[in-house]
Parts: sequence; C-alpha cells; structure tokens
Amino acid sequence: MRADLELIKDWVEPGKRVLDLCCGDGELLNYLQNEKQASGYGLEIGPDNITACVRKGVNVIEKDIEEGLASIKDNTFDTVIMTQAIQIMMRPDEIVDEMLRIGKECIVTFPNFGHWRARGYLAFRGKMPVSKFLPYTWYNTPNTHFCTFKDFERLCVERNIYIMERTVVDNEHQHRWWIHLWPNMLGEIAIYRITK
Amino acid sequence: MPAVIPEDSVGIVEPQKIEFTEPLQLQCGRVLQRYHLMVETYGELNEARSNAILICHALSGNHHVAGYHSMDDKKPGWWDSAIGPGKAIDTNKFFVIGLNNLGGCHGSSGPNQINPETEKPYGPDFPIVTVNDWVESQARLADYFGISQFAAVVGGSLGGMQALQWSINYPDRLRHCMVIAAAPKLSAQNIAFNEVARQAISQDPQFHHGHYYEEDEVPRVGLMLARMLGHITYLSDDGMRSKFGRELRSGQISYDFTPQFEVESYLRYQGERFSTAFDANTYLLMTKALDYFDPASESGTELPSVLKQAKAKFMVISFTTDWRFSPERSREIVDALVEADKQVSYAEIEAAQGHDAFLIPIPRYLDLFSAYMQRVEADTPELQNKESI
Repeated sequence: MRADLELIKDWVEPGKRVLDLCCGDGELLNYLQNEKQASGYGLEIGPDNITACVRKGVNVIEKDIEEGLASIKDNTFDTVIMTQAIQIMMRPDEIVDEMLRIGKECIVTFPNFGHWRARGYLAFRGKMPVSKFLPYTWYNTPNTHFCTFKDFERLCVERNIYIMERTVVDNEHQHRWWIHLWPNMLGEIAIYRITK
Repeated sequence: MPAVIPEDSVGIVEPQKIEFTEPLQLQCGRVLQRYHLMVETYGELNEARSNAILICHALSGNHHVAGYHSMDDKKPGWWDSAIGPGKAIDTNKFFVIGLNNLGGCHGSSGPNQINPETEKPYGPDFPIVTVNDWVESQARLADYFGISQFAAVVGGSLGGMQALQWSINYPDRLRHCMVIAAAPKLSAQNIAFNEVARQAISQDPQFHHGHYYEEDEVPRVGLMLARMLGHITYLSDDGMRSKFGRELRSGQISYDFTPQFEVESYLRYQGERFSTAFDANTYLLMTKALDYFDPASESGTELPSVLKQAKAKFMVISFTTDWRFSPERSREIVDALVEADKQVSYAEIEAAQGHDAFLIPIPRYLDLFSAYMQRVEADTPELQNKESI
C-alpha cells in the first residue's frame, strides 16, 4: 500500500461511511472496505483508474471535483479523504469547506512546500524547485496551489477549522523523530485530520 | 451472412415461445387473461439457478440479443458485442435471458398477435403496458425458469429503466443492476419527440386507427417518419458531422427536392427499412411506456426515497454525446442512489455516437462492462466454486 495511505488508514474507525476524493485505483477504499467494514465511494476522473476500482469491487463515481460537490447533501459521510490532490485544485479553500460540509471529519494530505530542500532550491538556484518528488517544471505542473504546513494551518485558523490530528513524514513516508523538531522545515508530506 | 460463426459468438440460437395462463393485472387497470413471451437464452442455468442475467430491451429491441438464427442472417442479435463466450457477459459463466416485451411485435403478445378472445389481431385494442407491467411479466418469466434471484438485470435506454424498476419492485430478486444510457424519467423534450413520432404514425392515412391489419395495409410513411426523427435523436451532432458532413450523393447540387445530401438518403434508408420490420401499434405503445416511466412520482415521493428499498448493487453508465438521455440524467440516478446510501458506481464514457453508443463496442465501455461482470461473478458463490474445482 502507498505509504501515506498506510498512515491514514488508522484514522478511519471501523464501519464508517467514507468518501475518497481523487481515489485513484481504489487502493485505500478497498482496504477500508475489507479491513474496516467501511462503506462509501471514491470520486475519480481517470478512465483506467475507474475501471480498476470497478474490478476491485470499489464503488467509484466518475466526477470532476472541480465542478463542485453541491449534489452531495450536508453530513452525508463520516470521513471525507483527499490525498495528495489539494494542491492541484483551482480553489483549495473552497474544496476544504465543501469537504467539511459533506463530511463530519476530513483527512487531507499534501506535499509541504516549506521543506528545506524546496526552500534551498529557490534560495540558492533562484528557480522553482524540481525534484524526484516534485518532478514538474513551473509551466506544466498540475500543482498550482502549493502551500506549506504554516499556510494550511493559517487557513484552518481563518476558517475555524479544528485540527484533530496531524503528522508529518519524509518523502519515503517515514516518521523520523527529528522531523517533529521543525516540521515545516523537515517534513515533506503533511497529513491532517480536521473537523469543523 | 457469417461464413463461419465467430468463436466468441453464442452461435445459432432458437427463440422459444412461453405461454402464461395466470391473468396479469396491468397498471392501466386492464387484465391480460393469458399471454405469451418470445424468449432466447444463452449459456446454461446452473444447479443453484444463481447465474442468470436478464437483458431488458429498448424501444425497438427484442428477444434476439445475441447469436444468429441461421447462416443466412446478415447480422447477429442486437447486443452481440457484449454477450457471448469470453465477452463482457460471458455465456460460459452466465445464463442469459433475452425476451420480447409485452406489446412488442416480434412474437410476444402484442398488437400484431391474435387476441385469443376475438381470434383477430389485437391491433389498437392491445392494452397500454408500462415498465411496471414488463417487470411483472419478467418476474413471472423468472418463475418459469425457477430463478428466484438474478445475478444481474441489465439494460440500456428503456431497458435501463426496466432494470432500475426491477431494483425497486423486486429488491430481493436481483443482486446487481446495470443501468446504461437511461434516465429516471423522460423530460418534456423527450415526450415531445415521442409525440411527434406518434402523430406521424396516427396521421398516416394507412393507419386506419390502428386497424391496418384488416385493411392489409401498413402506415409505412408514418412509421418511416417516426424512425427518421427517432434516429436523429439517437445520433449526436458531432457523430453526424463526421459520418456525413455535407457530403453529396452525386457530387453536385441539383436544385430540387430529391435527396442529395448523404444524411438525407441515410435517414430515408433507415426509415424505410424500419417501416417494413416494425409494427406501428407497437411503436405507439413503446413510446407511451417511455413517457409514463416515473418510479418516483408513482410512489408519490422523490427518487432517493423510492430507491431506499433497493438492495442491488448498481452500475450506471452514460455517454458524453448522448443528448436523448444525457449524462446529467444518469447523474440524477447516481445522486439519488448515493443519497439513499446504495452501492453504486458510475462512469461517463467518451463517445461520439450519441445515444446509440450503448450498443457499440467502444473499448473503454467493454472493459468497464467486463470489470463489472467480474464483480457480478464474485457475488455468485457457485461460479467461484466452479473455478476452484
């Protein structure tokens, strides 16, 4: 299992109704269905991913999240999950608001642009960071809304969003004790559990 | 004509006529004292009778879903692309039932069949049948085969509406429900197109108020016009543009009213062919069944509430250029199923062929279809055992 999924699966309690935004090939939902008796759906737009979900027996709905989630009623889900996708959204703040409207709690993961490597790249090379982990150049990247941990937490404060839990990991999705000394500098991936 | 039957075909098939003598109470208030259904089956029903799939047909479909009736057939059944050994609905695993619905014109009780009470064709006296009536008659057909629960009920367009109605009327009698290119009810525009088609038929002087059989005539022009109109709604603007454009048959404009554009002669050909192969009274009945379909209003409630009672798992599919039953209409079904907390998957297939796309072997569509059928198979324990032996 993808390592960030490995970490967040423990934040979903058994028997919950889950919505996974940008669910990919359904790996997380498949796990939650089989091991945690979770029900729910994934939203996805990639044709191959959709077929892969169907083949696994994961309920998947072809839907472009950018077109909005208005057709889903308030508090329909226990947990709404979005992994590694918030930075590609047109309006990440609106998506977070919508996630918290349709779900009682949300799990969000994103790459931390405040990581020392990204800072160093820009500071010393004077260019937008490109790495194995962030392989795109500025003109073709889908990641139009990078943020740092601090930025995200500021958004949470502004919107009265309560952070239930958070963790940071490196790009191998490993917890290292030293990351927690200075997460915004040392953590590469942020994982937040939030509610209103 | 197939020189040889393809390996993935169900081969030469033979329809059977099944008689039902228990009176059928219809939604319109009338009763069919006795009736018969034309049926084709492919594959074998297993001992547990758990591997059956019911195929519901659309407006002009019938029981001949797959395979060939003889080596002289030009074309196989209407959904041969999806049904056969190794195909999406694999007849090595599933027992597939296709039928001609009540009111049809391909051998089931309908306007062109003899009314046993008068010993004359029913003609316009055949009662108005609805999707509910079809589901009821299909349930009796399931009883006839001793099938208490279908592995899946599958249909496209009006067939998808029957599948949806099945999930509401008989929640315990199907495990999976596949609703393709359908809608939860017709729009005013849909009904308007149907009404123009009906007017074309009933205003034809050879229609004789539906009693044309006695006159030995057929309202060919009316039926042709109805089909030409219908056909336009089955194709997409893009599809027509790429297929015909403004191509001329003879290469130049002749400044008269003969058909000059390719699209004109195509529609005329389709219309004429249909007018000799289909029954006008049946066309009227089928369009009415479409117009009346509205499971939510019938129950005096909203779609999510009426779908609460469903127990099946759902697969809903739409096609991007379908404007007869557009993706928005399928999304209404999906949203209602989500609100009703049902298991549902939904895909919108990129296709230029409009509504007709549901019958066309588009690679992504067939892949998805096969993937879903694997899930149907996984939910059929006897099919699992077979593999492990």
